[in-house]
Amino acid sequence: MAKANNAIPNPDNITRVVFDNGITVLVRENHAAPVVVMEGCLMVGSIHDPAGKAGLSGFVTSMLSRGSAHYDFDTFNETIESIGASLGIGSDTHTTNFSATSLSEDFSTIATVLADVLRRPTFPIEHIERLRGQKLVHLQEREQDTQQVANLRFYETLYGDHPYGRPTSGYKETISAIQHADLTSFYQERYTPNGMIIVVVGDVETAAVLDLLGQQFGDWRGPVPDQTVPPAPIHDQPQQRICPLPGKVQSDIMVGSLAVARLDPDFYAVRVANTILGQFGMMGRLGEKVREEQGLAYYCGSAIDAEIASGAWYVNAGVNPGSVQQAIESILAEFERLGNELVGAEELADSQAYMTGVLPLTLETNDGVASSLLNIERYGLGLDYLQRYNEIIYNITPADVQRVAQRYLRQDNYTLVVAGPPDDQA
Amino acid sequence: MAIDEVATDPRTQTVLANGLQVILQERHVAPVASFWIYYRVGSRNELPGATGISHWVEHMLFKGTEKFPRGEFDKAVSRAGGVFNGMTSQDWTTYFETFPSERIELALQVESDRMANSIFDVEETESERTVIISEREGSENNYFYLLNEEVQAAAFQVHSYHHPIIGWKSDLLTIERNDLYQHYQTFYAPNNAIAVAVGDFDTTEMLAKIEQYFGHLPSGPTVPRVRTREPEQQAERRVLLRGNELTSYLIMAFHAPEATHVDFFPLIVMDAVLSGAKGMGLFGGWGNNRSNRLYKALVDTQLTVDVSSSYRPTVDPDLFSFYATLAQDVDHQQVEEAIWSEIQKIQQEGVTAAELTKAIKQTKAQFAYSSESVTYQAYWLGFSEIIADTTWLEDWLDKLLAVTAEDVQRVAQAYFVRNGQTIGWYLPDEDAEGD
Repeated sequence: MAKANNAIPNPDNITRVVFDNGITVLVRENHAAPVVVMEGCLMVGSIHDPAGKAGLSGFVTSMLSRGSAHYDFDTFNETIESIGASLGIGSDTHTTNFSATSLSEDFSTIATVLADVLRRPTFPIEHIERLRGQKLVHLQEREQDTQQVANLRFYETLYGDHPYGRPTSGYKETISAIQHADLTSFYQERYTPNGMIIVVVGDVETAAVLDLLGQQFGDWRGPVPDQTVPPAPIHDQPQQRICPLPGKVQSDIMVGSLAVARLDPDFYAVRVANTILGQFGMMGRLGEKVREEQGLAYYCGSAIDAEIASGAWYVNAGVNPGSVQQAIESILAEFERLGNELVGAEELADSQAYMTGVLPLTLETNDGVASSLLNIERYGLGLDYLQRYNEIIYNITPADVQRVAQRYLRQDNYTLVVAGPPDDQA
Repeated sequence: MAIDEVATDPRTQTVLANGLQVILQERHVAPVASFWIYYRVGSRNELPGATGISHWVEHMLFKGTEKFPRGEFDKAVSRAGGVFNGMTSQDWTTYFETFPSERIELALQVESDRMANSIFDVEETESERTVIISEREGSENNYFYLLNEEVQAAAFQVHSYHHPIIGWKSDLLTIERNDLYQHYQTFYAPNNAIAVAVGDFDTTEMLAKIEQYFGHLPSGPTVPRVRTREPEQQAERRVLLRGNELTSYLIMAFHAPEATHVDFFPLIVMDAVLSGAKGMGLFGGWGNNRSNRLYKALVDTQLTVDVSSSYRPTVDPDLFSFYATLAQDVDHQQVEEAIWSEIQKIQQEGVTAAELTKAIKQTKAQFAYSSESVTYQAYWLGFSEIIADTTWLEDWLDKLLAVTAEDVQRVAQAYFVRNGQTIGWYLPDEDAEGD
């Protein structure tokens, strides 16, 4: 029968093992349902895309499940799908992430397939062209999507030549130019077990998991990965880009600035401030002002990225083209207010209560626990992080919120992108 | 633990004196609980001139009561570490909160309050009008959305599944506060609602609390029935949408029966064989989906870059649809015939034993994954009770197991006929800009 395992993940109920090839494995048993989740990452991503080859890391990732030593395309598909499992691999800026879900009775199959595709991909020529065709159509669709165009141009403008300014999906020209040799040499140079993280959560026995992963991954050898990126650029004046898309009826706005890296001491102050600004309740102060009071947008909220170098702190909103200016002014006014006025004790306490209170919800499923553990390991937060989390959040003061708002949400160096119908469109 | 040991937690179903149906299921594996209120109203219940009114009413239930003025409901829930949302479909409207289990009473408090006491302030109605038009215009930015809306409208000439859930813009411009309030008064009452709770609570205590919060609410009027049945489609219908975007889309739709029909499960198997088992998720399909017939026939051959089929449980007969994003320089007609060729194979040869086995295993796995979440479970229970009843959900796997290759062949022959199809093509204008 189902056994409850209500304890928050902590050093006493998580097993953490580091293999001698640099792979870290975390296992958390949960026997409530006969299912298991395996998530993890390798330390290779789009920051490693060479000049003129944006999207190469993502191309390599997409090719992994299209042919490996023991699983050609059809065999891979049939193996995973006939057991009702899922196995996905995707490229991010610093990492290549994988996520697999299966019934616990099929865990060894999933682990075996994952090892083969990560360690022994064959990059069949025929699939390179098929995949390229698919990617080019999806990039063509991206060019016509106001939200995606706003997002793409925002990061390009914010980061300039910095690797964070390039989309992991690349561009039509770069995807068209990628050759077989680019894929194989990128794979050989960059794929390494060193720094890799594997998290397993679910209805498994820890010792058996460690044995199996040891067999599948233990004899893989590779260099220490390079994760360094240059510092993000500094802007001393606002930057604006208008992207006209004829035929559209709604405009998408993205506005924001560079803020913090994940390990910046101000990271938590920024997170709390962001919850107040554009998340709490129905999208925080922004939702109240832009959606509820003025009825300008179906969505208007804010978010932060935090990686190795400084991440973005931004707002996005979809509004009627006639209301773009009013919406931008309202958003910038909220930036200013958060910096000028000390947030009230009650409003701060509300956001803190939300951020800490939802923890049991985020840890309800194996998937939620696995994602938390992966994040903890990736940034070295310590296995007791979830036990310390409430204290970290409640230590943020009104002055902290004001300080980070003043520092990052400024009127003199924001980046603003609008994608939507051109001004002269009837 | 083996797959067959998936815990079936005890369930309690009852009806309060005022007609409120109650479904309770304890689940103690995580310290969380989810509470849902379903109303038997959606775009299906709407008349011309008032399309989109159910969805708009759903929005208005976030705009305040005397006890929880606008903004206070969402603050109260968030402050308690909860998440919430509201959703409107063709057949139902639902609201949920999921909380750390010790806070779940707040969900009962806010839902009972807004079932009876929503204000529908005139100014709030006007500000929500532009929000909803903005929601619609965001969708209109996308040609695939527009094509799908056109195909749905063409396939249904008389039944209310004709119009989109969000409503026609002309109606969104003219619906007024009193129309909304009237709709609310008609459909938002205990006798037209289902309360569902799943999670870490004690059934007896939960039932007492539901009685406490909802038991005193008066029953509403008898809800008007939806009587129209769509007549059989006699002629093929075609929709041609042109625009300035370069990516081409194709949609093919066939009339298919409601969830309680005997042919429902054979068609679910057919859908799984064509494009993978989908479970009954509102929350998207499943991950890997490249070993099915449509993928092999259309994506592997580079006719399309994406292809899928879709068939969902509904109260009245709806559609079994095919969606494709065409590869560059491929002709719509060629894709249409390639999909027809896959339909014909099933009509002529049925499906294989291995395909039946795979559909079962995929479905079992999806049920097991979803059992982890009290939110999903509560969603499924309420949804099933609206569409059919909870037994229908309980029997899902058994019904699927009972489907034979001959059943699938028979339904493929019965429902997929050229005169009954509605086809939509999106294709770029001749002067659309290329590279």
